[in-house]
Order: sequence, then C-alpha cells, then structure tokens
Amino acid sequence: MIYLDNCSTTRPRKEVADIMTKSFLEDFGNPSSLHRLGLRAEKRIKEARDLIADFLMVDQREIYFSSGGTESNNIAIQSFVKKHKKRGRHIITSRIEHPSILNIMKSYQGQGYEVSYLDIDKYGHISLEELKNSIRDDTILVAIMQVNNEIGAIEPIAEIGRIIREKNPGTLFHVDGIQGFGKLPISLKAWGVDSYSFSGHKIHGPKGIGGLYIDKKHSIEPLVFGGNQERGIRSGTENLTGIIGFGEAVKIAAENYEREGRQVGELRAYFTEKLKEEIGDIRINTSLDDKSSPYIVNISFMDTRAEVLLHYLEEDEIYVSTSSACSSRATEKSHVLRALGLNDQEIQGAMRFCFSHENSREDMDYTIEKLKASVAEIRQIIKG
Amino acid sequence: MEKLISVSFGEIALKGLNRRYFEDQLTKNIRRATRDLGIEKIYKEQGKLYIGAGEEKFPQIINRLKKVFGLVNISPCIRTDKDIKSIERAAIEALGEKVSHIRTFKVDSNRADKTFPIKSPELSRHMGGVILANFPELRVDVHNPDLYLYIDIKQNAYIYTEKIKGQGGLPIGSNGKALLLLSGGIDSPVAGYMMAKRGVDISAVHYHSYPFTSERSEEKVKELASIMSRYTGKIRLYSVNILEIQKQINQRCKENEMTILSRRFMMKLGERIAKKEGLNGLITGESLGQVASQTIEGIGVTNAAVDLPVFRPLIGFDKVDIVKIAKDIETYETSIQPFEDCCTVFLPKHPVTKPRLEDILKSEEALDVEDLIGQAIDNMKSTLIE
Repeated sequence: MIYLDNCSTTRPRKEVADIMTKSFLEDFGNPSSLHRLGLRAEKRIKEARDLIADFLMVDQREIYFSSGGTESNNIAIQSFVKKHKKRGRHIITSRIEHPSILNIMKSYQGQGYEVSYLDIDKYGHISLEELKNSIRDDTILVAIMQVNNEIGAIEPIAEIGRIIREKNPGTLFHVDGIQGFGKLPISLKAWGVDSYSFSGHKIHGPKGIGGLYIDKKHSIEPLVFGGNQERGIRSGTENLTGIIGFGEAVKIAAENYEREGRQVGELRAYFTEKLKEEIGDIRINTSLDDKSSPYIVNISFMDTRAEVLLHYLEEDEIYVSTSSACSSRATEKSHVLRALGLNDQEIQGAMRFCFSHENSREDMDYTIEKLKASVAEIRQIIKG
Repeated sequence: MEKLISVSFGEIALKGLNRRYFEDQLTKNIRRATRDLGIEKIYKEQGKLYIGAGEEKFPQIINRLKKVFGLVNISPCIRTDKDIKSIERAAIEALGEKVSHIRTFKVDSNRADKTFPIKSPELSRHMGGVILANFPELRVDVHNPDLYLYIDIKQNAYIYTEKIKGQGGLPIGSNGKALLLLSGGIDSPVAGYMMAKRGVDISAVHYHSYPFTSERSEEKVKELASIMSRYTGKIRLYSVNILEIQKQINQRCKENEMTILSRRFMMKLGERIAKKEGLNGLITGESLGQVASQTIEGIGVTNAAVDLPVFRPLIGFDKVDIVKIAKDIETYETSIQPFEDCCTVFLPKHPVTKPRLEDILKSEEALDVEDLIGQAIDNMKSTLIE
C-alpha cells in the first residue's frame, strides 16, 4: 500500500498505538475522581498538555483539549465573536478556509455580521495589501489558515499578525493550524496569534482529539456547559486515551519534524520533477517553494477526471484524494480550486498528493508508473 | 380471554378459487417478516388471520405487518368465549385502555355465526348500555364517534378498537417474479416497490462502470435494496460492470446516441439474467418525458431490445408524486446521496430525444453486442440482500 492521503488523516505511529493500548486498559480513571486513580489520570493529562505547550512555546494554561480541529475552530471563533459582539460586527477571512471556518462565517452573515473574504493569488496566498485595506475599526476577528489543505499554500501568518497589530490592535487573530501543526515551525507569541487550532490525527496520532491554544490574556465564555473540565472551556470527561496518544505523537513530532520536513520536501521535489518528465499536459497548482507545505502537492491532469484516476490508483493500492467528484453538480467543485481561478477542466482533473515521512522514492516511482498508465487510458477514453 | 393481532385482507378475498393459495402465501410472508419476533401461532378464522405472540411484542410485530403487502387492516384484539358475560368483560378491558383519550363511542357488531342467539343491532345496543354503566363519562355518538368498539362473532368472539391501515396490495410471490433495473436514483426503488405491492417477487440488477464510478455508488444501491427488502423480503441483487460496453460505444458510435445505446444494453443484460434465473419480466423506473431517454420514441427503441414484458409502473407519474412515495418508503434520503452510477464522461451533452430504431440498430452494428453482453455477464457479481 502507498498512502498519499496524509492531509485527510495519517497512519498512527506504532509508539502512539502502543501507549494508547496500555493506558486504555490501565489509566482508565476519571481525572475528576478524588482517589488515586483519578489523580494518576490527571497527571497523564498534565504531561501531555506540558509537552504540547513546550512544543508551541506557550504556557500550559493556554492549551485546551477538544475533539479535533473542527471543534477547536468553533470554540475559538464563536467564543471571540460572542464576547466582542458589542465592539463590532465585521470579520475577515479568506476564500480558501476549511468548511469548519467558512460555514461558521456563513452562519454569522445570516445573523447580520459582515464578512470580508480575502482573494488569493494563483498559488493560494492572500494579499497583505488587501488585508491591510480590509481591516476597519469595527473588525473584531481575522481568521486565516496556516496551511491550505487542498493546495498546501502557507499563508504569511507573521506578517498578518503584524498588520493586524498596526491597523487595529483590538482585532483578534485566529489561525487554523490543522495542516501546519507538527510539520512547520511556528512562533505563536512572536506572531501575535490569539488562538490556534490543531488536531491529533493529522500528525500520526489518534482521531477524536484536538487542541486549541488561546492566549491567556483572553478570558472566554464556554459554548458547552458541564463539569468545567478544561477550565470550563470544554466540559465533558476528558478523552484520556486520546490525550495520551496525542501527547506521544507531539513528542515524536517535536523531535523529528525538522528532519522529516526536509526529507518529505526532497521527496516532493523528486516526485514533481519526475512527473513532469513522464506525463504531459499537467498543471501544478502548488507553488513548490518555501511558500507551500512540503507535505502537499496538487496537480491537474488535463483531459481526465480525477475521481476516475483515484479509482484506477486504488486498484493498485495507491490512495490519494481529489477535491471534486465525477459529477455534473457544480456545488461539488472545490471552492479552493475555483478561488485559484482554475477552469473546469483543471478542476475536474485535480488530484492531491499528501506525503509523510513513511513514503519512499520507490513509492514515488511506482505511483508515477501507475499514474502514467492510468492517465493514458483515461485520456484515450475521454478523447474518444 | 386472549390477546391476539388480527389482520384482514382486501383483494385476496375476491380471488375465488385462488383464495387459499393467496392466504397461504400471505401467512408465509407474515412469518418471514416477523421471524425474529417469536410468533407463537397464526390461524385463519372466517376471512381473517389471527396472530398470537407475547403482548409486549405487539408494537414491533404491528410495525412489521404494516410493511407486508396484502394486509388491509391490522388490529390488536381480544378473543373470548362466545357468551355474553365474557364479551362484556373483554369490551370493558378493551375500552379501559382508551377511555382517557375519548368522549364518545359507538359499538359495531358483526355476527358471522348466525347460531349466536343475539342479533347484531341488539348486541350493539346491549353492549352500549354495559359500557355506559361502566364508564359514565362516555356518550354514544353513532355518526362521528371518537372510538369504535368492534365485536366480531365467529367461532370465537373478537373485540377490538383499532384498525391500523396496512399496505394493501397482494402478497409477495403471488404474482410471479421480475427483475428490477435498480439505479441509485429516486425512481427505480419506487418502481420496484409498486410492483412488489402487486405481488411480484423482486430481484434487482445494478449497472456500474467502476473505476469510472465509485464503489460508494454500489454501496448506495445495496442500501436501497436493503430498504426495499423491508417490504419485499430478500432481494437477489446482480451487479454488472458495463464499462467495457460504454467504452466501445464511446469509441465507435455517435456521441448523442451514447445513452440510448447503453439503455438497450441494460435491457438486454437484464433479459439475459431474467431468462437464466426464471424471472417473468423486467421492471424499470421510467416515467414518460422525465429525461431525454424516456421520450415515447426513446422508450420504443429500448423496449425493442427485449422480448420479455417490461413493467413501467411510474410511466404516468409526475416527479413530485414519485418523490412522495420514495419518502414514504424511506428510500429518498439514500437516493439523493451524491454518488452517481454514470460518470459524466459517458453522458452526452445533447442526447438524441427522438431516436429511430433503424438508425440505432445500424449504430449497434459497429459493436460486437453478443460478445460484450457475454463478457459483462461472466463478470457479474451477485449478493443476497436481506
């Protein structure tokens, strides 16, 4: 099996699975219980929280556990907007955010908020100039992703933070870090990020666990009420096993991400170079420099349907993703690729390859060999 | 005194000499639909079936019976001896459960056993008096009562207050077998349901073109068949990959004839399966004029591909009416999932709407029809959906 769908989810590391299996059976206490077993569980959570806080270079009191990226985005944005609704009703985001951001925005628009969607250039980067011109006195929030999940564009988070501070220091800055966390360097404090969301299963950890950083200068009201776990921000008995697995995944990522990032970057360069040589009539939708994540490349194969190509590859146990289904329905075309300005043919043939440290050059060779044959066959059928 | 569920059947009663056959089929179908619910007995008594089971199972059994074709009314009832004291006790018990929800009632007696000494009108009057004496808050209303108390005098006496509407129709298996062309759309499951309701035992065939379509579209069709099977019982589902056929048509025939030529292949493949499996006809979800291939000319051309009778129960239905049934039988939500069974690659931009058979037959000459059909059938998969 060659797994090239690491933006959707990743294979858990063995160390993560092992520690989770053990703790699932042994550390089953409820951290809220007063007895020794509860205390032990509480300690395990604290260890994981400390690990993550150290990795992000923030205070452990600024880290909250949630069920994943979507929930973290929702907690941060909804709490901020609720708290600052008297200060203003204007929010800024980009056209290529994840649905967990865009659908919140849509709901706010229905409630009378004004949302500015920043355009992107041909590789998916927002314009700092446009951002500067969009920030107003009544702008309460800017929400921008660190790495786009479909094309891998890295947004200029540091510069965005600086511009916000210059233009309106009262504006909060939320960063969706789901595809960047554990893969790219980050300095939340230096960059002036107020909240940052991240997820376990994108970094070879378990599903159903995520995290949220909120700068401690902000106090926010909970959205869900209960037993006040996670200091009231996220009530509900903690997902202890998930947290322990998440902590382990972060520990390994912290030690290895720089090396693995370089390794994956070289792999991506090898893959795209060879692909260009082997298969004609393709368009690479990712910038392939340091303004994109080395883990992601998005490529349009002209005169194909990416979903068909995906099913051809799965026959050879190669797993990839597409943004659009083989369908006539316009709504199923990726909002990200449309925002990039791709035409219908480029969107229909767009395929996403997301790498991990587990992939080898041999994997790339094999994938290209199969791609070449499949693309040729599909093109023959489509051109008739 | 014993609690039972009674079921009545409508059209079956008209079937004269075949009646016994229909009743037996229905008994079999009821047993099958409730196999896991521990039915203790089913017996016939003068035009109705009576089902005995633990009373706590009644709600579940009734829910299943609501999906069995051939049943008109379903009633939880009390059986008693045929003496007036027992009947009175049963009536008071039957009413006792309902009395807090009603103000008026009417007694409706039916004396099938003419040896019973009290005639129906007299029995109703007597029972009315008994009820008024026991439940003084109630009133009789012969025109528009809140509740009817039914008393059937047969070999035993049966007392009940509810008539729950069944599906009607005829028992599955009483009207032959047919093969449904089942796509992932809204119409074909409804067509299958309609024919099953007329007593047809349904098998189904699904055409796909993996890897040009997703495995999810096959899963979706299995899900649809599974929902249908709540009404039809087990369904044998054949799954045929027609990619090679579509490729050949795409290469050798006119683009605008793609759909009509594919449809003809689907009919021929269906007929091949039906004949092999001893099925008596084909069923499609076609509705006149709904899409380009369902014009009167289009249907004429696809119809000419086969000899078996083709049933099109939705032919005169508007889409909204089909959707309504799809929602009632709960296939709609599954049908509207976005996994399509034909890739856009094989959908012509301007399909021919008034095809002429001569032209289409001529186009087919460019294809080795027999060979393509043989290959597709050889690679066919079959699943039993329960």
